[in-house]
Amino acid sequence: MSFINYASREINCKIVYYGPGLCGKTTNLQFIYQQTAPEARGKMISLATETERTLFFDFMPLSLGEIRGFKTRFHLYTVPGQVFYDASRKLILKGVDGVVFVADSHEERMDANAESLENLRINLKEQGYDLDKLPYIIQYNKRDVPGAMPVEELRRELNPANVPEFEACATSGEGVFETLKAVAKLILIDLKKGK
Amino acid sequence: MSNPTLVMYEQESREVNDALERLLKEANATVIFLVDKNGQLISGVGETERFDTTSLASLTAGNIAATGGLAKLIGEKEFSILFHEGEKDNLHISIVCGRVILVVLFDSRSSLGLVRLRVKKSSEELSCIFEKLLKKSEERIKRDSSDFPFAEITDDDIDNLFS
Repeated sequence: MSFINYASREINCKIVYYGPGLCGKTTNLQFIYQQTAPEARGKMISLATETERTLFFDFMPLSLGEIRGFKTRFHLYTVPGQVFYDASRKLILKGVDGVVFVADSHEERMDANAESLENLRINLKEQGYDLDKLPYIIQYNKRDVPGAMPVEELRRELNPANVPEFEACATSGEGVFETLKAVAKLILIDLKKGK
Repeated sequence: MSNPTLVMYEQESREVNDALERLLKEANATVIFLVDKNGQLISGVGETERFDTTSLASLTAGNIAATGGLAKLIGEKEFSILFHEGEKDNLHISIVCGRVILVVLFDSRSSLGLVRLRVKKSSEELSCIFEKLLKKSEERIKRDSSDFPFAEITDDDIDNLFS
């Protein structure tokens, strides 16, 4: 649910990065943070465990510039990927405007990918959203790992609806901004429809 | 969509700010923020420049969401008031109109009792403003208002953002 403020002439939207544990959601945000001019971004907050695993969420505000005199700001969130943090994941999906599902290209993580995607669908439904109607992008991350699953197989398993998809390597940044731009664009197009 | 887009108009923004300024004075608070439950900052008064307001809004909403989850686990609807006590500064967080979060930061120049009392009074006033605002938003959506700023954006406008 975006927030339009006529007084400060701002529009704020929320993007959530979802996916199984260790798929690279936080790494996506870290790369965006490192590569963005300081004046365009706020502070990045990571509520993580001592071993750097996301405990509640990562958060980063990002300003993209103006459209028709309105400052456009995106709030990027990640969810904790580990299965037992499901209660926290549900909370972070509240008020979401667009979702990026980050899939892990490791063959042995295919089950975890499928489980997380199903979990996303269920948790969105609980909040009254339908994944098929939301701005939604899939990112196939870790394309650089030895023996990465072929994209065709990932697509068959995870993207039957043929939503926009990107190959990525979040550690080097490949595909990270392409993914972000694509989801931001879908959200703005959705806003244009004036929902 | 489960929730309509929250829209803040100039008139209501002024009313909200006036109410917050009054509360700031009456509660002798340092700073007051109003945050949407989804983590968007709606307004802030007082010494706002001392704080990273965007982070504060997002963490407050996370805090309210987490305690709301706890409330449901024990069979409560929500915990409508939270209080965090620090060595110097304290935070009083409350839910207004079921939809927005009022955050009052105060130090030893005020007290929890005073803040609670003043927040209660201001909450009623803020509730009225937000009820009016939600009604206004719904009416505008129904009228398919052409003054919606994003109704006429072009693909070029969107592409320019990323250039």
